[in-house]
Amino acid sequence: MSAKCRLIVFCLSAIPFAIVYLAAAKNLPPWGHYRGPYGDVISSLSVYERHTTDVVNAIDYDYRGFDTLGEEYILFASVLGVMLLLRDPNPKSGTADEGQGLSKTVKFGSAACFGLLLIFGFYICTHGQLTPGGGFQGGVIIATAFMLIYIAENLKSFKAITSHPLMEALEALGAGLYAVTGVSALLVGAPFLTNWLPLGTAGDVFSSGTIAVISASVGLEVAAGFILLSYTYLEDIISGGGKVS
Amino acid sequence: MIAFNLIPYAVAAWIFLCGLYGIITSKHLVHTVISLAIMQTSTYILLLAIGYRWNAVAPVFADISPGAVTVDPVVQALMLTDVVVEATVVALLLAMVVKVHEKAGTLSPDDLKVMRG
Repeated sequence: MSAKCRLIVFCLSAIPFAIVYLAAAKNLPPWGHYRGPYGDVISSLSVYERHTTDVVNAIDYDYRGFDTLGEEYILFASVLGVMLLLRDPNPKSGTADEGQGLSKTVKFGSAACFGLLLIFGFYICTHGQLTPGGGFQGGVIIATAFMLIYIAENLKSFKAITSHPLMEALEALGAGLYAVTGVSALLVGAPFLTNWLPLGTAGDVFSSGTIAVISASVGLEVAAGFILLSYTYLEDIISGGGKVS
Repeated sequence: MIAFNLIPYAVAAWIFLCGLYGIITSKHLVHTVISLAIMQTSTYILLLAIGYRWNAVAPVFADISPGAVTVDPVVQALMLTDVVVEATVVALLLAMVVKVHEKAGTLSPDDLKVMRG
C-alpha cells in the first residue's frame, strides 16, 4: 500500500472516529464533576478498613490486588522477553567502553548521587502505604541509581555490582513473594490475597498489613527487572549486537 | 459550556489520533514504537479527566482530615498500572526492533522484505 493510499484510509477512519468519540464523550461526567460512587466510597473507607493513608496504593495492592498481580507478571514476562531476544549466544570478551568520553565532573556527580538515589528509592518503596509512592515508583528509582554506576565507572563495574544471576534471582523472588503473600491468606482460612496481617496504626510505617509487604516485593521485582533491562540493552550496544550480520 | 467540559476528552482523542497518524506514516520502526507510546498516553488523560473534581485534594490522607473531598483514586490506580505496562511493552518492542535491524539491516517498515510472507 502506498503512503498516500494509507493516509487516505487513515483520514477516512479517523474523522468518523473523532465524531463518534466526541458524541460519546458528551455523556461522560463534565470536566471536574466526578460523579461515580466508587472513588468516594474507597476514599472514605480505606483509612478505617486498611489503615492506609495513600488510597491509590490501597487499591493497587489490596482492593484490586489480583489485577496488580497479573500486571506484575506482564512486567516479568516483558523483561524475560527482552533478555531472550537480546541475549548474545557467543559473548565477546573485552569491551571497548573504558573511556566513554564523559568528563570527571559528570562521573563524580553520578557517583555522589548513587547513595542518595538508593536511599530515596528505598524510602519510596517502604512508605507507599503512607504517602504517594510504592513499589513500582520506588523500584524504578532504585534501578536508576544502579545505572549511575555505569556512567560513573564502566560496564564492567556495573556488571560486577549488579551481578547477573543474583539480579535474576531477586526479580523472581520479588515476583514470587507477591503470589506467596496472596497464598498465605489461604493458610489462615481467608480468600486469596486477603489482608490478614495485623493492620497496625494508620500513619505508621509498619501498618496496613499485606499492602506494605506486597509494595516491598513489587519494589524488589521492578528494581531488579529494570536493572536487568538496562544491563541487557547496554551489553547489546557495547558488544556490537546491533550490527548487521 | 459543553465545549469546555469536553476539553480533556478532546485532548485525549487528539493525542490518540496523533499517535495513530505517526504509526501509519512511520518510516522508521523506532518512530513506530514511540508513536504507540504516545497513543497510550491518551488513556492517562482520559482516565484522569474522568476522575477529576474541581477544588478536591489528592487521595492521600497522611496530612488531611479523613472526611476531605478527594479526586477519584480508582482511575489513578488504573493509570499507575498503565504506566508500568507501557514502559515494559516499549522495552520489549525496542528489543524486537534491535533484532529486526540485525536480521534485515533496515529499520524502514517499507523495506522489510523479510516481513512479507
